[in-house]
Amino acid sequence: MQKKTAYSFPDEILEHVFSFIQSGKDRNAASVVCKSWYEIERWCRRKIFVGNCYAVSPTMVIRRFPDIRSIELKGKPHFADFNLVPDGWGGYVLPWISEMAGAYPWLEEIRLKRMVVTDESLELVAKSFTNLQVLVLFSCEGFSTDGLAAIAASCKNLRELDLRDSEVDDLSGHWLNHFPDTYTSLVSLNISCLGSDDVSFSALERLVGRCPNLRRLLLNREVPLDKIANLLSRAPQLIEFGTGTYAAELRSDVYSNLAEAFCNCKELKCLSGFWDAVPAYLPVIYSVCSRLTSLNLSYAPIQNPDLTKLVSQCPSLQRMLVLDYIEDSGLEVLASSCKDLQELRVFPSDPFGEEPNVSLTEKGLVAVSSGCPKLQSVLYFCRQMSNAALVTIAQNCPNFTRFRLCLLDPKIADYRTLQPLDVGFGAIVEHCKDLRRLSLSGLLTDRVFEYIGMHAKKLEMLSVAFAGESDLALHHVLSGCESLRKLEIMNCPFGDKALLANAAKLETMRSLWMSSCSVSLGACKMLGQKMPRLNIEVMDEKGPPDSRAESDPVDKLYIYRSVAGPRFDMPPFVWTMDEDFASELS
Amino acid sequence: MENSVAYEKATELRLGLPGIDEPAVLSSVKNNKRPLHDEKSGENGKSAQNETAPPSKAQIVGWPPVQSYRKNNFQQAKKSESECGGIYVKVSMDGAPYLRKIDLKVYKGYPELLQVLENMFKFTIGEYSEREGYKGSDYEPTYEDKDGDWMLVGDVPWEMFITSCKRLRIMKGSEARGLSCSGV
Repeated sequence: MQKKTAYSFPDEILEHVFSFIQSGKDRNAASVVCKSWYEIERWCRRKIFVGNCYAVSPTMVIRRFPDIRSIELKGKPHFADFNLVPDGWGGYVLPWISEMAGAYPWLEEIRLKRMVVTDESLELVAKSFTNLQVLVLFSCEGFSTDGLAAIAASCKNLRELDLRDSEVDDLSGHWLNHFPDTYTSLVSLNISCLGSDDVSFSALERLVGRCPNLRRLLLNREVPLDKIANLLSRAPQLIEFGTGTYAAELRSDVYSNLAEAFCNCKELKCLSGFWDAVPAYLPVIYSVCSRLTSLNLSYAPIQNPDLTKLVSQCPSLQRMLVLDYIEDSGLEVLASSCKDLQELRVFPSDPFGEEPNVSLTEKGLVAVSSGCPKLQSVLYFCRQMSNAALVTIAQNCPNFTRFRLCLLDPKIADYRTLQPLDVGFGAIVEHCKDLRRLSLSGLLTDRVFEYIGMHAKKLEMLSVAFAGESDLALHHVLSGCESLRKLEIMNCPFGDKALLANAAKLETMRSLWMSSCSVSLGACKMLGQKMPRLNIEVMDEKGPPDSRAESDPVDKLYIYRSVAGPRFDMPPFVWTMDEDFASELS
Repeated sequence: MENSVAYEKATELRLGLPGIDEPAVLSSVKNNKRPLHDEKSGENGKSAQNETAPPSKAQIVGWPPVQSYRKNNFQQAKKSESECGGIYVKVSMDGAPYLRKIDLKVYKGYPELLQVLENMFKFTIGEYSEREGYKGSDYEPTYEDKDGDWMLVGDVPWEMFITSCKRLRIMKGSEARGLSCSGV
């Protein structure tokens, strides 16, 4: 029994106060104030975010938080997006679903990123969580339309189904038919990743027609353009819409129907899709353009002048995703038209081409940085850069929170001075004091890492490739970046020294990825023995590490902190270095 | 193979400035798999698409960092069959909790493919004979063809196989033997 003093609040009041604290970070902070706060907080926590599904076990989560309603889990490391993590690595959601099925019958929201989700898992979700409202499968794989059918059939309270960028096995187009006729609660549906046979269009039409609260609808590529008008007319309340393929023979009836349908969507603010887009049909969205806050044309092969003309009609844009067909000239127009722009992503139309196919250089980005005072987040693929441009950009945009520059030739120097790009990126970290995420590319020496360690105090995620000359570079980052949570490195000459000297730092981070670097097997073993709260995973498809010398470099290394100990679901090409490693192999 | 030399050169990690040709400091690990890391040729060496059959240019896995769904979804002007797209199929093995993916275009024939499968899943395939299928092992490699039928790997000519194979499954036990008896 707890002794209450005159100065302590009754539990109920504290619980009420805690109910206003939504952020996980703040809740975590409150929970360590004292034991009673810890206890009260854990009973009333409803939402949990697990950034690495192997950092903790489902049992531990359930033991501490008995009544969770919303969970977000992330599985594979980020570089899995670029084919650096072989199939079978892990990230299985089934163990989590199995345990939560019993513990959290009132679970309402499941959000998964880069996890392997099987049909069995989805069937279990459908069976166990009758109150499920949100299911987001972001970059997941392992399931088919059978699993989706189970969800559709059972989850009567589902509001949001988002399969963003997932890989789904197309088995049957009729999973949409499994939503009962009485089901009307859909608010958000993203099926943009589905393949050809996956969607029965008539079922989709009926579904859209009977869900009056539908606000977000992202179609897959296979939905033809001439079906859009009909669909939109059933859902004029949409706020966000993603077309299917945006190409068709120009026909005046199709054209005018589309124009009218878009015009009637008075609340439409976000558009995407536009696969295979042809310029002829672009003007049908002009009536919506002035309201658009988000436009994703990154799958549209349209070029200038059509592309620039479209952009110039969207003065309210806050978020723009586009291919490099926009070119410097288009970005200059963007800079002068879209003063509210916060986020810009420019993707390469021909990333592996020998020669540049478009005139997109550093000038476009400089123009946007100069014209758009609210610019915070940039992802920019291009073929040339200069320190001078980067310095200008940094000075123009001290409010950057995310800056990712990808030079298609990863070790290219400043094209004007032939110097490394150290000074340019140095200016970015020096001026942008709130920078949380940074991706480097181009010719870079240890210098740039010195700047990063010195200035990037709020940096949480750093991506590095083909950069640096020695361990000093890695040491600068690990010792200087106080807020660092995720560090991913490929093809850099970083070895054991910096890693071993900063081993303790690794426990303050979520994860470290190093592939094609120079970290030796011996160092991995040593880390494994000395740091029990880290999982040191060595990945090598060529064979077990025991057959090689201690000084041999490991192919891929993934280190993450964990309170759950080493995992047991590893494929044959992943080995955990822990105290038992040596004895396991004998 | 000539490629293994290029591979070894590429995995040599240098401590000098990039672009300078210094002798290797660390030796690379021996590799008998198909080469994934080739050195960029010259200053203008560009990386080629991971998923294309390797052209004469260098390729760097993971660079530029364009996400797979984006690469899959956005199609450039169609290139000829020989230049674009590998033939990627999923491979599963009974009892193994994971799936793998391989590019059939990379292999020259059945012996190479079977060798790769053996290495991948750590098992041995028996001796193949047309009449009796795979003898001498509990496992048999099978595949699903375009018509949805499950066939024994090796029954049809290689070229026909790679164009009709949708996915591979390494079956275990009697279920597998049933296939081999369903001869023409």
